[in-house]
Amino acid sequence: MTAAVTGPSPTVPMARINPVAQLIAIGVVTVVLLAAVDPVTPAVVVAAELCLLPAAGLHRPAALARRAWPLLTAAASVGLVNVALSGTTTPMAGLGLALRVLGLAVPGLLFVASTDPVRLADALTLHWRVPTRFAYGALAALRLAPLLAAEFESIRLARRTRGIEAGRNPLAAARLLAGAAFALLVAAVRRGSRLATAMDARGFDSGIARSNARGSVWHGRDTATVAATLAVCGSAVVLSVATGNWAPVFAGG
Amino acid sequence: MPAEARALPGMRRGARAPADRPVRVVARGLGVRHATRRVAALAAVDLVVERGERVLVTGASGAGKSTLLAAVGGLLDPEGAEVSGELTVDGAPPRSARGRIGLLAQDPDSQLVMARAGDDVAFGLENAGLPPDAIWPRVDEAMAAVGFRYGRDRATSALSGGEKQRLVLAGVLARRPGLLLLDEPTAALDAGGAALVRDAVARATADRASTVLVVDHDAGPWLPLVDRVVELRPGGLVEHGPGWRPPERAAGLGLPVAPGGPDLLGAERAGFTHRGAAAASLRPTDAALTSGRVLAITGPNGAGKSTLALLLAGLRRPSTGRVVAARQLSDGVGRGGRDPYRWRAADLVSRIGTVFQQPEQQFLTGHVRDELALGPLRAGAGTGTAHAAAAALMERLGLADLAEANPYTLSGGQQRRLSVATALATAPRVLVLDEPTFGQDAATWRALVALLAEQRAAGCAVAVVTHDTDLVDVLADQRTTL
Repeated sequence: MTAAVTGPSPTVPMARINPVAQLIAIGVVTVVLLAAVDPVTPAVVVAAELCLLPAAGLHRPAALARRAWPLLTAAASVGLVNVALSGTTTPMAGLGLALRVLGLAVPGLLFVASTDPVRLADALTLHWRVPTRFAYGALAALRLAPLLAAEFESIRLARRTRGIEAGRNPLAAARLLAGAAFALLVAAVRRGSRLATAMDARGFDSGIARSNARGSVWHGRDTATVAATLAVCGSAVVLSVATGNWAPVFAGG
Repeated sequence: MPAEARALPGMRRGARAPADRPVRVVARGLGVRHATRRVAALAAVDLVVERGERVLVTGASGAGKSTLLAAVGGLLDPEGAEVSGELTVDGAPPRSARGRIGLLAQDPDSQLVMARAGDDVAFGLENAGLPPDAIWPRVDEAMAAVGFRYGRDRATSALSGGEKQRLVLAGVLARRPGLLLLDEPTAALDAGGAALVRDAVARATADRASTVLVVDHDAGPWLPLVDRVVELRPGGLVEHGPGWRPPERAAGLGLPVAPGGPDLLGAERAGFTHRGAAAASLRPTDAALTSGRVLAITGPNGAGKSTLALLLAGLRRPSTGRVVAARQLSDGVGRGGRDPYRWRAADLVSRIGTVFQQPEQQFLTGHVRDELALGPLRAGAGTGTAHAAAAALMERLGLADLAEANPYTLSGGQQRRLSVATALATAPRVLVLDEPTFGQDAATWRALVALLAEQRAAGCAVAVVTHDTDLVDVLADQRTTL
């Protein structure tokens, strides 16, 4: 999981879309789905999103299930809880709510599966002028995440070698976890400061305007991606209005 | 002539600009005191390093080697350190020369920034604001100079420690520093990785375009590479003449031996595979830990040496085969019978002592004294007994002056001695140690070897995971090569 986040660029077709274009598309979908509480709009949007799964390399059911199960569980429970606990929510409206959760979350899934963090940092700094100090600092920190996971496991085992374990006492378990978390924090701060020294020594954030070796180009396909997203969301709303289902969230309903 | 003049700007890009030439370092009466300490970390240091010269600074753990390097690199925190005397890099204070100084530190994982090899080398050039079309030729040049065998697209996470460190060096050299500082750059690597890094340093600095300052307590391997050696001693800096050799750390050790006793702990076809992992971390392995004997577990990185140590120490459950304690060892445990993994921690701590590679991971208290008393207390000893045991161990290991110190603030050598002492405090009959001599200076090395031999003579069964061939030579009675 962590390796998938920090590894080099995925070679899936969607990786060819500029990350910034993908972020704009996510923004459009989010605004439209937050505004609409009917079942038709999210149904259309979700259908379009599902068509994109293969382009993000998520066509194999096993790979999809591994990434999407928390999401499916969340969507289903939102729908069910609303129907079960609210007397006025019909099963159809419940389905709409579940689809809405799905429609909001699937773009994130597509984005993570198809975006190389380095390309994202490049795009953010070059197109949106995000400060390089922030973007590349975050990138370096992201690389440390799997190392910290290994470190935490070692700290946990090290406690047992010193004769310390919680057994069945939940209070002792909580105290032990807090102690291990503190040790991990100390380790993370030390590692972080070493990394900061190394980055400093290579001239990071030294006041010179940073150049970018890879660049980030906005292609016609990026414009097309944003246009297609607008078109899908537009037709979803039109279909919803035409079928008499349209119910915007701010309409006092 | 005109044609040559026109070609010049294009050629200049690859050539070394005048500002790139090697620097001269001058220290006169240099002293450094860290704000939180009473004693100076560095005092009365006189050192001149000429342009293009390669100098090794050696000295015992805690002699101030890293402080000297940090001072020369302009990396000392101005509020945390008090500097006296004179220190200049090409006539200027180090801090203002930062852009011309390259640094290679110990741990490659704390120095790599990017996920792809080429991007990481380019990082320092981007920071310098070089135009993109000038960056990639220099990246390729630097990667070739250090002998990096893979392409730009290689994932940095897929590299071994030695290869990572080579890549970090390429990233440092790509900026064409006038001064290259190497801070024990092989301390975190196995022998093969260390050789890779030294080879890369030799190749990449062969043109003498950078002045090189290496800091390492282990002087021997650097001797073919440097022009001269200076040693930091408490009184100041000592210059060693040509032909100087470091004293043999294993010389003159009279180690006690003992007759072998019964087997106390054994691995029977024990193997381990992480959940969801494709390949096994450890293939089924047999090992026997015998009373009064030292077993050395050796083999290349990634063969599963540390995993075997975790299985023997009762910290992981083997996914195939089993680890079994002899009845003599398991006698009296509250739970788990002869399977150490199922023992309570309190039973484990008085039977199998374990020392991890990173001492800090095992520290739990704020004082050296409490750290040593903790094990006996957890094993059920009274407060008086536990503190008496702690006092005896501190005296024995030269830690008595540090009784009230925080374990995290100790030097590397002191931390290592403390972590071994904590394992000994409960007098376990089995000791499992993972790379106990990693990065230790000669004095700590000898102290550790003597301590382990003493445990062996007292009937302890010792298992040592190690790359250290000297340690294996002087101490191992049995060997398992994975």
